[in-house]
Amino acid sequence: MKKLINAVDAVEEQMVLGLVKSAPKKLKKLDCGNVVVRAEKKPAEKVALVSGGGSGHEPAHGGFVGEGMLDCAVAGAVFTSPTPDQIFEGIKAVATEQGVLCIVKNYTGDVMNFEMAIDMASDEDIKADHVVVNDDVAVKDSLYTTGRRGVAGTILVHKIAGAKAEEGATLEEVKATAEKVIANVRTMGMAISPCTVPAAGKPGFELGEDEMEIGIGIHGEPGTHREKIAQADEIAKTLLEKILADIDYKGHEVVVLINGMGATPLMELYIINNFVQDYLAKEGVKVYDTMVGNYMTSIEMAGFSITLLRLDDELKKLYDAKADTPALKR
Amino acid sequence: MIDAKKIIAMVEAIAKKIESEKDFLTQLDNEIGDGDHGINLARGFKSVEEKLPGLEDKDIGAILKGVGTQLVSTVGGASGPLYGTAFMKAGNACKGKTELTDADFASALEAAIGGIKMRGKAEEGEKTMLDALCPACRALKEGLDSGKELKEALAAAVDAAAKGMEHTKTIIATKGRASYLGERSIGHQDPGATSSLYMLQAMLDCL
Repeated sequence: MKKLINAVDAVEEQMVLGLVKSAPKKLKKLDCGNVVVRAEKKPAEKVALVSGGGSGHEPAHGGFVGEGMLDCAVAGAVFTSPTPDQIFEGIKAVATEQGVLCIVKNYTGDVMNFEMAIDMASDEDIKADHVVVNDDVAVKDSLYTTGRRGVAGTILVHKIAGAKAEEGATLEEVKATAEKVIANVRTMGMAISPCTVPAAGKPGFELGEDEMEIGIGIHGEPGTHREKIAQADEIAKTLLEKILADIDYKGHEVVVLINGMGATPLMELYIINNFVQDYLAKEGVKVYDTMVGNYMTSIEMAGFSITLLRLDDELKKLYDAKADTPALKR
Repeated sequence: MIDAKKIIAMVEAIAKKIESEKDFLTQLDNEIGDGDHGINLARGFKSVEEKLPGLEDKDIGAILKGVGTQLVSTVGGASGPLYGTAFMKAGNACKGKTELTDADFASALEAAIGGIKMRGKAEEGEKTMLDALCPACRALKEGLDSGKELKEALAAAVDAAAKGMEHTKTIIATKGRASYLGERSIGHQDPGATSSLYMLQAMLDCL
């Protein structure tokens, strides 16, 4: 597998440094590790938002640090949750009197590491809490699984909770808004080619020339099932039907996020979006706004996910609020 | 009696075993997880090895706690907090001790398992490391209770862990990333149960 890297064990740090150098007035890296924070510390009266996870999802999460979104993003090794001490350094660097809210994607490792970091913060009298994003409808949410995964919908949690925090809301209020987004956001994804973790050197799964994997997550893990590849519209319909069956979107306004997995040309994402818009109109779902691009990637996986967020007046207003980050501006 | 030197030798043996089985563990994880179990554990234990010289003059509790903290801060993923907590809890159980009786050794293993259950909110039978560790701990205690030497009892524990690991091939994962696969996880051996078996084997080899 060819990759534009220098050394396997330098991937994460050089990525974070490169990101920060792309926006030196807005971002900085903490010396203690791969932790990205805003260049200027935000006012003391604002709740600080911390997110993070394994690397390999760029621009998530460091690209969403900035006004109106995150205060800090902690990058672990590729596809590996950051460790509690790294997360704790991030929390300490941005903590305010108002407290810290961590936005965690629902993976066993991420949840455990963030919980340990929050325990460490509480020991030092930092007010810290967390929400767990679980928007992936491909995974059954039942007693018999770890629950649905957190995927591209996390970006909308960053956006909206970030706007709420910027308004000066309390930790409890920001958490409630983040949870409202989580309750109303659903995602499903697929892949036509896998991705390779640099340290592993081999793809996470193999796909034949005529195969696709439906229901993949964002870590190169296999999806729910494998099928013969179909036309784009048909694939998009499969994903949309699963999302629309999960919560009632009819008659509601939604934000649509067509997310590329890393190696999907925008051309193809627009082809998907062309179908999604028409299909939603037919289903009586009103599109308030649409985002098309690479927001939550899976290294060089080719594929996409569709995310729908059901809006109410509060979420609409916060979605429209100002954001100024390397990967999302509004 | 197990002294601090022996404990350090055991940790070194675990580190070597994990390094040599790194690719196999990663391959197992590729099948039902995200393919980084071996890579992450090897990275963690390599940094533990570097830290061990600084722990040599400490008591066993402090050594194990140091190993745990180092794992938590270097492994990442789910196995970092789980194995890290296991060593930290084992350390707690051996607080201030410079020598362990056979019973102390069993208590430390029991405390480690308690830590994994607590951190992972998991029980035996969910296709995790607990499926190797829990039967091993029972076999160890039974062996000691029936008057066996530690080496003999630990050998029985390793056998029980191997059986437990084999058993993970037949059950559905309900915890961790493999749970997303549902029934498709059947037929695959759990990487966590496998690394747990390796650790017990490495400890046995030191006796």
